[in-house]
Amino acid sequence: MKTVACSVVAVAIALTAALAGQTPAKQAKAYAVPRTPWGDPDLQGVWNDATSTPLQRPNGTKDVLTDEEAADFQASLAHELTRDRRDGGPEVDVNRAYNDHWMDARRLKITADHRTSLIVEPRDGRIPPLVPLSPERQAARAARAAANARFNQGLPDDYTDMSLPVRCIIRTDSPPYLPTIYNNDFQIFQSPGIVAISPEMIHSARMVYTDGRPHLNGSLHQWLGDSRGRWDGTTLVVETTNFRSDDGVIFQGASPESFRITERFTRVDPTSINYEFTVEDPTTWTKPWTAIIPWTKIDPAEQMYEYGCHEDNFDIVHFLKGARNRQKNAR
Amino acid sequence: MRPRRQLVVFSLGAAATLSVSLALAQAPTYRAPHRADGHPDLSGVWQAFVTANWDLQDHEAQPGLHPELEGAYDAEPGGQGIVEGGVIPYQPWALAKKKENFEKRAKGEVSDDKKWHAVGDPELKCYMPGVPRATYMPHPFQIVQGSNNTILMAYEFTSATRIVRMNWTQESPADSWMGWSRGRWEGDTLVVDVTGQREETWLDRAGDFHSDKLHVVERYTPTSPYHMLYEATLEDPKVYTRPWKISFPLYRRMEKNLQLIEFKCVPFTEELLYGRFRKPGATR
Repeated sequence: MKTVACSVVAVAIALTAALAGQTPAKQAKAYAVPRTPWGDPDLQGVWNDATSTPLQRPNGTKDVLTDEEAADFQASLAHELTRDRRDGGPEVDVNRAYNDHWMDARRLKITADHRTSLIVEPRDGRIPPLVPLSPERQAARAARAAANARFNQGLPDDYTDMSLPVRCIIRTDSPPYLPTIYNNDFQIFQSPGIVAISPEMIHSARMVYTDGRPHLNGSLHQWLGDSRGRWDGTTLVVETTNFRSDDGVIFQGASPESFRITERFTRVDPTSINYEFTVEDPTTWTKPWTAIIPWTKIDPAEQMYEYGCHEDNFDIVHFLKGARNRQKNAR
Repeated sequence: MRPRRQLVVFSLGAAATLSVSLALAQAPTYRAPHRADGHPDLSGVWQAFVTANWDLQDHEAQPGLHPELEGAYDAEPGGQGIVEGGVIPYQPWALAKKKENFEKRAKGEVSDDKKWHAVGDPELKCYMPGVPRATYMPHPFQIVQGSNNTILMAYEFTSATRIVRMNWTQESPADSWMGWSRGRWEGDTLVVDVTGQREETWLDRAGDFHSDKLHVVERYTPTSPYHMLYEATLEDPKVYTRPWKISFPLYRRMEKNLQLIEFKCVPFTEELLYGRFRKPGATR
C-alpha cells in the first residue's frame, strides 16, 4: 500500500512539474513561501477554486491543450454550462438563465496550465473503475437512486428524498473541495498549532490541528470528519477520518470503513495555492486517484460573505408542497 | 474606651471591605502576554457558564415545554441575570412583542414564505444565533487569531462562524445572521463593532429581541491566562429606550486535546419544520 501511495505522489509531482510550464525548476527557486511570525508556511487569505476544467477528462480529449485548443475547449464547456443557449423553448431557457445568474464568472475558464481534467492520476484523467460492490451497498445505492428519481420528477416523498446539500446539512464544506457553480471561496486562518479552513458554502470552519494531537476516538463521527495536519516542507498535508456513515457523507459513496483522503495545500506563487487530493478505497475503486485544483488569491476588497442556507431554505418546502399538490391533482 | 475602640475596629473592617469591592470592580490588573504584533493572543476554545440563553434577566428554574414526555430533561435552569441594572429597557410595544415571542417560542411554521420567520425561537429551528447570543449559548466557541487582519470566531452551535475584520472601514454589504464584525484593539481589549444583523435573531429563549437597527459593541478583555471578561452594549432605537449592557466571564476550556464537536442541528429540526409535508402513508 505504501509503495502504491508513494508512486502516486511521485507521478503526480512529475506531472505537476510537466504541466506547470516551461521552466518549473526556475519558478520553484524564485518563489520563497512566506512564513507566519511563528514560522509556519503562511496560507492565510481568501482563495477561490473556480474553474471549468472538469473533474474527469472528456473522452477523446488530449491531456494538455495548446492556447488555441484551450480557447475552443472553453467555448464548448461554456456551451455545456448553458451560457448563451436559446434551444429547448422558453421554459427551459428561463431555467438555464436562473442558474446562469448565480454562476461564478471565473467558472468560464479552464486551469491556466490548460489541463482537460482535474484528475492527474490515473493518467487518463478518469475516476478508476469501480470494484464489485457488496449487496448491501448496491441496495443502498439503488435506494438513493430511487429517491433522486422521485426528487427529479418533482415528487419527493419526504425531506429525506433530498440530498444533503439541498437540506443544507453539508455542501461544499466537506472534503475534498471541488469547484461548483457558485461561492467557490475559502478563507484560511492560522494561529500556532492550527489551520482553520472556512468555505463560503456552508459557513463551517474545518479545524485542522497541526499540534501533533491524535485523531478523535473511533467512536466519534462528524459530518465533516476529523482533520489533522502536518507540514511537509512548505506543504500542509491533511488527513481526515471519523466521517459519519450517513448516505451522501462520504465522497462519491465510498465506504466509511475503508475510505482514505489526503489533501495537500502548497503555495506555488504569491497568488496561488496548489490544492491536491488523493482518495482511496479498495472496496470502491480499483486504485487510488488524485486531482489537482489551483486556488487563486482573490482581491481583498472582494470578501467572503455569509451563506445562510438552512435559515431561508424555502426551496425544501416548495419542493414538498409542489409534490403534494401534483399528487392531489393527479387523482 | 471600650465602646469607642469597638467602633474603630468596625469602621476599619468596613474600609477593608470597601477596598476589596473596589479592587474587584476596577479594571483587571492582569497583563496578558503579547504576541510579536503587540497584542494578546485570544486563540483557543472558550465558553460562557451563564444561563442567559434561557433568559438574559433573572429567572427561576422552569419545567420544559413537555414535562409529560421529558420530565426533568427538558427543564430550564434558573439563574441570575447578566443585564446591567437588571431589566432590558424596552419600548412599551416591544415589551408586548417580547411576551408574544415567548408564548409562540416553540412554533416552527414555515408553510408560507412571507411568514417564514414570524414565530418561533430561531434556536428552535437551528438558525445561526447572531451576536451576542452566540457567545452565551451552552456550547463552546473557538477563536483563531491569525497574523493578518482577520480573526475567525467559530461556534459549535450549527457550525456558525463569523469573521472579525480588523480596522476595517467598509460597511456591511447586506444583513446576515451573524452580522458584520469589525474589530480594533484598545490596549489589551479586543473591541468588536457588530452591525448588519438580520432582524430575525433573538437574544434568548425568553423572547428577547431586536430590530435590523441593532448595533452591538463587544469587548473581550483577558483577565487571566484562563479567563476573559466579555461585555456587550446593545443599542437599537427602534426597540429599546436607551443602550444597555451585559457582561460575564468567558472560561478557557482546559481539557487535554479538547476540540469543538459538531452540533449540526439542521437534521434535528427537519421533522418539526417539514414533517407535515410528507406524502401521506410514506414511512420516515
